[in-house]
Amino acid sequence: MADLSVRIGSLRLKNPVIAASGCFGYGVEYADAVDLSSLGGVAVKGLFLNERDGHPPPRIVETPAGMLNAIGLQGIGVRRFVAEKLPELKRLNATVIVNLCGSTLDEYREVARILSDAEGVDALELNISCPNIKEGGIQFGCSLTGTYDVVSAIRKVTKLPVIPKLTPNVTDVASFARASEEAGADAISLVNTFLAMAIDVETRRPKLSNVLGGLSGPAIRPIAIRMVWECHQAVKLPILGMGGIATVEDALEFIIAGSTAVQVGTMNFVDPFIWTKLLAGIESYLDRHHIARVEDLIGRVELPTWEPAWTGS
Amino acid sequence: MRDGILSSVPFDVDAEVIANTRLSSDYNVLALAAPDIARRLEPGQFVMVKPARGLEPLLRRPFSVFEVLRDDRDREIGVSLLNKRVGAGTRLLYDVEIGARIGCVGPLGRPFVPVDPPQQAWMAAGGVGLAPFATLAEALADRRTPMTLFYGARSRADLFYESFFERLGARMVLTTEDGTRGETGRVTAPLERALSAAAADEPITIYACGPTPMMRAVAQLGARFKKPVFVSLEPVMGCGMGGCYSCVVRVRRGTGTHFVRSCLDGPVFDASAVVWDALTAHG
Repeated sequence: MADLSVRIGSLRLKNPVIAASGCFGYGVEYADAVDLSSLGGVAVKGLFLNERDGHPPPRIVETPAGMLNAIGLQGIGVRRFVAEKLPELKRLNATVIVNLCGSTLDEYREVARILSDAEGVDALELNISCPNIKEGGIQFGCSLTGTYDVVSAIRKVTKLPVIPKLTPNVTDVASFARASEEAGADAISLVNTFLAMAIDVETRRPKLSNVLGGLSGPAIRPIAIRMVWECHQAVKLPILGMGGIATVEDALEFIIAGSTAVQVGTMNFVDPFIWTKLLAGIESYLDRHHIARVEDLIGRVELPTWEPAWTGS
Repeated sequence: MRDGILSSVPFDVDAEVIANTRLSSDYNVLALAAPDIARRLEPGQFVMVKPARGLEPLLRRPFSVFEVLRDDRDREIGVSLLNKRVGAGTRLLYDVEIGARIGCVGPLGRPFVPVDPPQQAWMAAGGVGLAPFATLAEALADRRTPMTLFYGARSRADLFYESFFERLGARMVLTTEDGTRGETGRVTAPLERALSAAAADEPITIYACGPTPMMRAVAQLGARFKKPVFVSLEPVMGCGMGGCYSCVVRVRRGTGTHFVRSCLDGPVFDASAVVWDALTAHG
């Protein structure tokens, strides 16, 4: 039986399959349906300092092999999370990765401090990439200095693993991976959703109340794979790869492209029982290929010996 | 029931289509072999249905369970869905063949709470909004609660299952927009007259499901005549299990109003708590 455990900074995950932030509530919603302790980790919904209402509906629209969302980071705020949700997650032996947000550097720092002081948070994923809100998030994630500033600010206030979640809505995502590494990140997550739009041609109105939203699902997977692969070559940091993982093969593709762990988001909506299938499938693949540890598969894409004519960095 | 958490572990069934009855060119009743879901189901609960395998369409759709199907020894064998062909997913579910398999997760959501006598139950259904009332009517019949079904549709050809409700003892009040059956117009008109005729202290609980403007009108009637109204809302849902936060409805809670997830806190809501302006603002 292959060893499925992986290392993310100082944190060892029992396996590389993580529920992606924004797609799994606060984790506790699924506690009766899914054994949270069987997952590599649970990345809970993005938290600001205070409660947020989010955008009015319609918040999602289905698109070819994917969906757009503009939820607007509705959330209960970090203090209520710590008081009401975190104890339950720990009781269920979940590995808790908290996705944290801020409108300002000070807010990021404050949220990170509260989470670091709380009992039971295992890692911090920094949301610098939500495409759906004006204030905060992506204004940091789309600028190299902004990314560097947020990561280094949080690095100074926490001992927990710091994992910035990168946006794909940039020309050269690898440079953002490098900025994260230089600022002291322990790992990076990518990709968040692709900024997108859908219009009802009969009414000529946008299908989302927020006009724009983030595209996720299998439709984005090949682009996400390319971005993970570029970042894997650019930095030594572990990568939490995601973007439309629907099958065991998709998860393996991300690992081979350079992901240490994978996150599953949209497909959890389609199949809330996907987790055991992914874990069993990864294990059987490793056994079939006589690979002792999943970590031995990370980034092991077999490239051609000739010089391909790609235009990447 | 815990707040904001699934009320019970849903079943994940790859359900065989055991019948597909086309009621009209738009409506069909799809019978699915899902005994576990049928046994657990409470009136007004829903299932998340995958209209086809693969990635097109990607997401599941929420459906109120229409009937609980039983064999001749009264054992639950499955559930049926009342489907109206409006988009890509419902078109697939209209055309599906017997023997095909349809992914079905449920039961989900907070149910209708059937009232007991001396309360009377008045059900107001608009079009495909009839769906949650078959199981509610059975539960009411079990309790011997007097019930009336106010049922409106576009036309005579869009009114279904009258005998089903009559058999359970429901008094029927039918309306069609084109006047081909029952009273001409909307179902809220006879409902309003009936409320006007009822004594102020007559114990009546109203249940409503249908287009949002109709449910809103029923909510307003309930407020005016001081009768409780419970609505089964049908917002767009991504997951049905509390993960995505797409199906939110604005409700009054405490001193303020909040978006709550209709998959966990609904789909059945006390109509007086719903902020109707927020529900109808877009679309």
